[in-house]
Amino acid sequence: MRSLLVLLALASLMTARLSAADLTVNVEIPRLDVSEYHRPYVAIWIQTPERKVAANLAVWYQQSAGADGKGEKWLPDLRQWWRRSGRGLEMPVDGISGATRPAGKHELSFDGKGKHLSKLKPGKYTLVIEASREVGGRELVEIPFQWPAKSQATETRRGEEELGSVSLKLTP
Amino acid sequence: MIRSVVFSATVFVALITTTQAHKVWLRPSQTSLSGNDPWVTVDAAVSNDLFYFNHFPLGLDNLVIIDPNGNQVEGQNQSTGKYRSVFDVQLKEKGTYRIAIVNQGLFASWEHDGQRRRWRGRASDFASALPEGATNVNVTESVGRIETFVTNGAPTETALEPTGKGIELIPVTHPNDLYAEEEGTFQLLVNGKPAAGLEVEIIQGATRYRNSQDTVHVTSDDEGKIKYTWPEAGMYWLSTSKSDSDTSIPNATQRRLSYAGTVEVLPQ
Repeated sequence: MRSLLVLLALASLMTARLSAADLTVNVEIPRLDVSEYHRPYVAIWIQTPERKVAANLAVWYQQSAGADGKGEKWLPDLRQWWRRSGRGLEMPVDGISGATRPAGKHELSFDGKGKHLSKLKPGKYTLVIEASREVGGRELVEIPFQWPAKSQATETRRGEEELGSVSLKLTP
Repeated sequence: MIRSVVFSATVFVALITTTQAHKVWLRPSQTSLSGNDPWVTVDAAVSNDLFYFNHFPLGLDNLVIIDPNGNQVEGQNQSTGKYRSVFDVQLKEKGTYRIAIVNQGLFASWEHDGQRRRWRGRASDFASALPEGATNVNVTESVGRIETFVTNGAPTETALEPTGKGIELIPVTHPNDLYAEEEGTFQLLVNGKPAAGLEVEIIQGATRYRNSQDTVHVTSDDEGKIKYTWPEAGMYWLSTSKSDSDTSIPNATQRRLSYAGTVEVLPQ
């Protein structure tokens, strides 16, 4: 009896998990062969066709305390994110601000019912990933998508310099 | 003493700007900032090329910095060298600062003992400068505004509210929200009122690295508005001037107004 209940509970949990539209972002930060390497600042957000920010997903920047205010000084280098959203925010933002990440592949998963995505109305959007590196370059990669997804799909783009492979996986 | 010499020279240069190729300007190190109390450093100079120091420094006596709350703050570390003046601004408040040099004064000419004399300076010093028995006195009031804008965090407009004196540039598009290939719109005011038919010169910086000035002329419409689509990212200089007879100084018969602003256009 008990095990049946546990099974039922598990099953309902799994159904709940599956019925919520999920969004997974994979971001590759390339290993660059440069004399002075700094980890990039990265912003990941969802915008409407009018370029309004619909959801901020992540901003990675230097979090350790410094004389200039924890690296927030360089946030305007994420030019488009700064313009669309950052300059109006009080940093750090809970659930969005994070430390810079090393070269490699990074996966971020967001539950459709979670606080990042629950206010996203059905419609057309673009996932935007912007990276900017001290003594380096800046790059912006966009992936358009429809929300919520009708079927499971993965879209991949490739940056040329500051970003490697970037993919967006949507689960209905 | 040296400061007043620089001031007079500045007024002089500001007056001849429209007849000669000299450009007066303030250029901030950057216009969009973030962090705890970020600083900008600002150059102030008169030159032929934008934005290079090859002619004359601007005097800082009439520096007026308005913070995002509308309060006046000091320019720090002020220094005037051979070719440029420099000062720093600490952006303690969030929002937009208007950094300006506002020169108000007059220039006059008269005849005394059979000789023609010229004089430039502050209106308050004029009475004592004019000798008894001077004839053919001709007084022109001058109001010159040289300015730039810097924002810590999100742009605000309190510091940009018009003072009602001289030519002023009012945002329709915020001057710290300009991007390449996008259209920017500003409104020009004279004495706080929309100024139609003002011809504005727009020149992109780095003139030394191209063969022509590539000056663009834009004329303000009935509402005093000018529109311009920035072709590419960079620092841009806007300038205009006007003469009228709407004087506020006793004995002045005409007034000369000038405006020069520096704005930064960011890449997409």
